[in-house]
Amino acid sequence: MITRRRVMICAMVALVAPAVTMAQHVRTDSADRAARGAAMPRSSAQLDSIRADSVLEARTTRLAVQLRCAVCQGISIQESPSSLAREMREVVKDQLRAGRSDAEVKAYFVSKYGEWILLAPTARGFNLVLYVLPALLLIGGLVGIAVVVRRWTSAPAP
Amino acid sequence: MNWKRALLAPAIAVPVIALFGWGLTRDPGYIESPLPGRPAPGFALEVFAPGTAPLARPAGDSIHLDSLRGRIVVVNFWASWCLGCRDEHEDLTRTALAYADRPVSFVGVLYMDQQPAALKWIGEMGGQSYPSVDDPRSRMAIDYGLYGVPETFILDAQGVVAHKQTGPISAAVLTRVVDSLLAVPTGAK
Amino acid sequence: MGPLGRGSVIGALVVTALAMVIIPVAARRGRRDWLEIGYAAVHTNLLLLSIAMAAMMSALVTHDFSVGYVAQVGSRATPLLYTIISLWGALEGSILLWGWVLAFYAAAVLSINKHREGNLVPYALAVLMGVMLFFGILLVGPANPFGVVSPVPADGPGPNPLLQNHWLMAVHPPLLYMGYVGMAVPFAFAIGAMLAGEVRQDAWMQLVRRWMLVSWAFLGAAIIAGMWWSYEVLGWGGYWAWDPVENASLMPWLTATAYLHSAMVQERRGMLRLWNVNLVAGTFVLTILGTFLTRSGIISSVHAFTTGTIGYYFLAFIAVVMLFTLVMVAGNSDLLKTEGKLDSAASRETVFLLNNLLLTAFTFTVLVGTLYPLIAEAVRGVKVSVGEPFFDRMSLPLLVLLLFLMGVGPALPWRRTPEGTLGSRLGVPVVGAVLALAIAVLLGRREPWALIAFACIGYALAATLREFATGSAARRAAHGESWPLAFARLVGSNPRRHGGYVAHIGIFLVAIGIAASGGGRLEREGTLARGETLTVGDHTVRLREVYGLQEPQRYVIGARLEVLGADGATIDTLSPRMNFYTSSDQPVPTPDVRSTWSGDLYANLQTFRNDGTTATVKIISEPLVGWIWLGGAVVVFGALIGMLAPRKRLAAEAS
Repeated sequence: MITRRRVMICAMVALVAPAVTMAQHVRTDSADRAARGAAMPRSSAQLDSIRADSVLEARTTRLAVQLRCAVCQGISIQESPSSLAREMREVVKDQLRAGRSDAEVKAYFVSKYGEWILLAPTARGFNLVLYVLPALLLIGGLVGIAVVVRRWTSAPAP
Repeated sequence: MNWKRALLAPAIAVPVIALFGWGLTRDPGYIESPLPGRPAPGFALEVFAPGTAPLARPAGDSIHLDSLRGRIVVVNFWASWCLGCRDEHEDLTRTALAYADRPVSFVGVLYMDQQPAALKWIGEMGGQSYPSVDDPRSRMAIDYGLYGVPETFILDAQGVVAHKQTGPISAAVLTRVVDSLLAVPTGAK
Repeated sequence: MGPLGRGSVIGALVVTALAMVIIPVAARRGRRDWLEIGYAAVHTNLLLLSIAMAAMMSALVTHDFSVGYVAQVGSRATPLLYTIISLWGALEGSILLWGWVLAFYAAAVLSINKHREGNLVPYALAVLMGVMLFFGILLVGPANPFGVVSPVPADGPGPNPLLQNHWLMAVHPPLLYMGYVGMAVPFAFAIGAMLAGEVRQDAWMQLVRRWMLVSWAFLGAAIIAGMWWSYEVLGWGGYWAWDPVENASLMPWLTATAYLHSAMVQERRGMLRLWNVNLVAGTFVLTILGTFLTRSGIISSVHAFTTGTIGYYFLAFIAVVMLFTLVMVAGNSDLLKTEGKLDSAASRETVFLLNNLLLTAFTFTVLVGTLYPLIAEAVRGVKVSVGEPFFDRMSLPLLVLLLFLMGVGPALPWRRTPEGTLGSRLGVPVVGAVLALAIAVLLGRREPWALIAFACIGYALAATLREFATGSAARRAAHGESWPLAFARLVGSNPRRHGGYVAHIGIFLVAIGIAASGGGRLEREGTLARGETLTVGDHTVRLREVYGLQEPQRYVIGARLEVLGADGATIDTLSPRMNFYTSSDQPVPTPDVRSTWSGDLYANLQTFRNDGTTATVKIISEPLVGWIWLGGAVVVFGALIGMLAPRKRLAAEAS
């Protein structure tokens, strides 16, 4: 029974790992969208430019979901229907087109709006509390349950 | 009852309550701008509402922030659909006139609005003494980290943001900040 | 109407205070006559608050602007439905509704349990009246809805534009209050049991079971209705933004869900007593915390009402509740200690432990994320945001694991799994996982996290259906019943278990809707002139016109869009609008949605040219969104089945 239990627990823990990476995966439907919406390309140069466009769209979306709409409540500039959000998204795209890195674009918005503009605080310094506490609870709980289940199953049967 | 263990209760509850109590003293809607103390972002935008003499600038002229170096600049973001802008309008327009012969410039920046509606609004409000520029793609607004309108930035003679006002600004605040900046001797003079 | 309402509210506060004091004293001294007085006070409180509610309703409907609340939210131009529901459209009215619901619950608890011997019921009622006292104080003091306005204005500003834009606002808040306030009942019984020294007997849990289930179902329905409202009104095509107020409603629902499961472990095995009391108390504290967050103005949120001093009243109340609860639970922890005994690790008990851990970890994550902006400001002096990217990343793994466990739990029996059956019990549902994965891939889903979620849903759904199938088959074999009869009798034979499975199926539908609409969402924004088209995925819309419309209470700008079929013919029209209310400088977006079982086409008017020549619209194609609302209904239906379980049977089942 003990080995089976271990297998079960291992299986569950193993499930967490891909789940974490998948959570970091971002929606790239805007890239699909751009590709779908485009007319049939004729030359490889056109193909390249379409590919570049869709990469730019995907990068814009990936950044836009992380930036808070300044005039809304708690939603990103990707989701917000407000005009300012649309212009902020354009700023993201313009800066990416001009060759800035994702980090530089984020830094630009932080310099204008403060850290408030980031929908997920940077995992650095005190902010780590936000990320580590829930993980600690989960890991501690798993260990606790493993210990407790072992102790309770080894108690003499009634 | 196990009273010894019951003492755990305040140990858990008090910090949480203290945090909430402290939180109640804060305004959750107010977000501190990182701009004060830093050089103001540059801009070059076209005048659409000329203002009145002696502060008028012809429509179509471009106002560059660089060209205002050495002057104190009051930048006010506004829109015709903005209710708070009605409250501050008279204070702004009067204060601008009061400093007409000092090295102080007032610039209105139209935010998310259409020029005809904005001009109509100025007419309804009895005129605007200083010129307003249009920011059709909101690039200047984003550069200034705008959360909404009205917001006012007061720049010192070196072009550094000295004060940011979120929401309607009053003549009293304008006068206080501008006077304190005028009192500082500047290299430009 | 003002003085009548004011008088009733003050009277209610007096009788509440009377009941709160006299009931426990009478119980302690064994004075039946005093107890009757206290019980009469509980009923009188409901009567008085009902009069206050009627007075407020009548003042709203007749536009009696001499009443403060009506002057604040009423307007002659507002349609009748929105005038009625403006009762909960602002702070004072919502506190009045809250107090009335609590008074109703207290009177119901009394009526149902009046003849029970012992001090449990009186003490539980005293706790409820204690909570009632707080809301009574609010209604008399800082949240007085019956303030006198003089001179009487001719008209008012009308309700908050966001709250008069959709009929779901008539549904979501009452459901929410029924759920939120209902959580006070289990709490009152748990505390009452400790006060009465009866906490080691599990009788209080049996009295609480249906109250918990009812509140849980109401709260769940309220969350789904709130998601639906956000989707239909806010114009961004989403239904969940991890807004503090949304989180506040989710957290007690999660802990209540944990309790519904772990209570079974206690009933069957006598374990987890202390843990269960903690869950019940924690759930109630989270509802109060949620109210505090929404009503104190401490955290900015779309749904929060900003106010003056009421935050400090709430702070005092939350301090009293937390300290009192923690002292009671910690002080009784020796009594609540139970010896754990498990026959085997491969048992339902183990799965429920893991389930409780995951639900607790999820609640904790949401709590930390919700409060972190406040913590960061206190510690670092910097305002930060915690939004969707954080919550999605942190909660997705937990949610997927929970879905997986929903397949493991039903497959494993209580106590121990018979030797040699573990493989088939856990293995057979893998077929469901593979099937679900195949369907998702065939339908073009490629997002890894959505695929894992679909596989887990398939696994859990297969395990659940297998339970129904094997149970029905066993009945068929034993009694020669037809399939439908065998199925019905199977559910009837143990409504609690099978109601739970039905609720699980509802959760699967919700999860399918979320995974599909999140992963398969396509959106496109375009500025269209008349006759121009915009295509997203397989859907094409054409702009017919931009129109303006003056309505009594608002001005409407709309875009009429034709939805084109595959052959280019118009199959439907969508009219996303912007509503301009005089009381607000921002227009209220009013998207239009074409819903089918396979997905929604969602259109929002983003902006327009004043001359009406062009409109900028956002078109979103979202697969299976409607399954979320449907799933919510199935969860409630499952709870209803679970409610059928008669109280007497519980003892037999639990033994």
